Amino acid sequence: MKTVMGMGKNRTGIGTSPIDAKATIEGAEEGVPDVEHDGAKIAAIRAEYVREAEPIGSVPPPTSVKGVVKAAGEMLGGKEPVVFLDKLGERAAFERSGVRLYEAFIAKLEAVDDTCGVPIDVVRHYHDEELAHFHLVSDAIERMGGDPTAETPSACVVGVAATGLVQVITDPRTSVIDALQALQVAELTDNDGWVLLIDLARGLGQDDLATEFEKALKAEWEHLASVRRWMKEAVAKKAGVEEEIATVSA
Amino acid sequence: MALDILKERGVPLERQVFTWRDMVRTPVSKLDDDAFTRVRIILMNGIECFAIRLGHGLSWMNEELRVPLAQMRRIDKHQQTLVNWLLPPDMSPLETTINYEQVAIEVTASVAQHEPDEYLAQVYRFGLLEDFDHLYRFSALLDRLEGKDANNLLNSYTDIRPGRPTKEEHRAPEDDIRRHYDHKTAAPLTKLHAITLTAAEFQTEDYYMNFGPTFADPLARQLYAEISAIEEQHVTQYGSMLDPNESPITKWMLMQATEVYNYYCCAQSESNPRVREIWNRFVDYELGQLHACMELFKAIEKRDPEEILPAELPEPIDFESHREFVRQTLAKEVDLRTRGTEFIDKSEEGPDSPSVQYRNQLNSEGSPSEIVAAGYRWRPGTELADGRAKAAVQQEVSAT
Repeated sequence: MKTVMGMGKNRTGIGTSPIDAKATIEGAEEGVPDVEHDGAKIAAIRAEYVREAEPIGSVPPPTSVKGVVKAAGEMLGGKEPVVFLDKLGERAAFERSGVRLYEAFIAKLEAVDDTCGVPIDVVRHYHDEELAHFHLVSDAIERMGGDPTAETPSACVVGVAATGLVQVITDPRTSVIDALQALQVAELTDNDGWVLLIDLARGLGQDDLATEFEKALKAEWEHLASVRRWMKEAVAKKAGVEEEIATVSA
Repeated sequence: MALDILKERGVPLERQVFTWRDMVRTPVSKLDDDAFTRVRIILMNGIECFAIRLGHGLSWMNEELRVPLAQMRRIDKHQQTLVNWLLPPDMSPLETTINYEQVAIEVTASVAQHEPDEYLAQVYRFGLLEDFDHLYRFSALLDRLEGKDANNLLNSYTDIRPGRPTKEEHRAPEDDIRRHYDHKTAAPLTKLHAITLTAAEFQTEDYYMNFGPTFADPLARQLYAEISAIEEQHVTQYGSMLDPNESPITKWMLMQATEVYNYYCCAQSESNPRVREIWNRFVDYELGQLHACMELFKAIEKRDPEEILPAELPEPIDFESHREFVRQTLAKEVDLRTRGTEFIDKSEEGPDSPSVQYRNQLNSEGSPSEIVAAGYRWRPGTELADGRAKAAVQQEVSAT
């Protein structure tokens, strides 16, 4: 990376060209003199479509006889194992994407002159843990009679939400700090995802799974704590307030 | 302009080569590069796209041109990739749309002022006011959907205010056909203008058609559907200015000349040195392609290309703000409508006219462009930065 983010020739905002900006403001006022903020019609259109909308998709039916029996048994008890399968699918998808996010982050770290204090070997270790978690959840889906290769609705939604994270980390122009910011979003989501999954497993009487998931959560806590610390320290150093922030934190 | 396109032979075709690394370069900056750098990139993507499209069409109807057209299409394809891939990945499709409309406003305004044919200049001014309105509607969408300020992409060069209302722009197909230039008498610049604008509008239509379905928001999907329909009308309008009596090889040669002309205009005005180097390289590439095409013209038509092409390139496109011209046009011509190839005042458009009936049907369940911009006035930093708007939002939040 050739450039370091700093003061430069940013052309956005009205301050760049006061004369042109003034003309644009005058033009807008002249063009729409009697303005009244009105988002009600937009809300109405959205509501109309929400009422007519079909779901994003469905969870595939169990792939094994064991899964069918298990699902039927639990449904008789008023429980919805399909929700658990959907959320397992989400976690599997997110962990799989997490592996790719860490791969892209490692490539960036290997290319830059200054990793901003981020230890690459630790990041590689986190990458391997994300992969292990993906396998862990995939196995759990199979044990529940589901298909770990299927994309469930929650997996689809979380994939859409993560699109921006992939964009940020793979953009060659973004800095290590930018990438850490995206990883922080990912790890925050991931941590809460595991907490929810553990609660669901316990609720459905899947205590063995819950115990295994707790181990994964512990690792994810460490990922999040590290990413937060690396980012804070890197930003503080860049801003020249490393000592001040360390004092406040202490 | 000093470039003699009949003498300058550019780079021979066999030396017009690429690699993937060459085509996929560091993009320009959304934040730091000038809006007109993005305008030029978008325009040239459109020109290359149209050259390829025209090349395909011609090759389906001309046995003898199939191989040379395929050869030059391949070069155009790689040129297009290199150019279009200069756009940065941190621009959302809606942000890119804002610069697409800026192309349609500022380039059309320049063309309208340089066009020697009075009727065709009127056609450009007519289309300009419609794209001007699209910018306003898309700016409202950008603000109200993504919470972003369109002016950060426009760099204060272009007004954000209503033009001819988009809901009024829907016309019956017969009212979108214009009189074409006469290929025997029209100035070369007239021909280059018509090809340039048809190309620009064609890519805009394609862009909206490709990205419209990628939006989750139903109103955004509706707005892209609506404005894409107008872009198709604009392609019909501008495309109908091209004389259908020109021979295929003449059309192809004019396309090549249009490419030289546009790249040359870009090179003259580009502020980013890295991008300027690309425009200069492609001026030379296009000159090479033009001269290859001229040789074919001589062989097929047994005529001299000088009968068609100007020795020197005509007046360049002014890649700059045309705010005053646009405002004057808006004040004088916003109420123009069309009947067949002619322009009329909206008071002359009877309720039974094909266009009125057509648009009433289309808008009968609501108009996306009206809904998205209801009460919208652009403010620096989005409408939420406006005190009154903030208070209104506050009220809405409190009420729920």
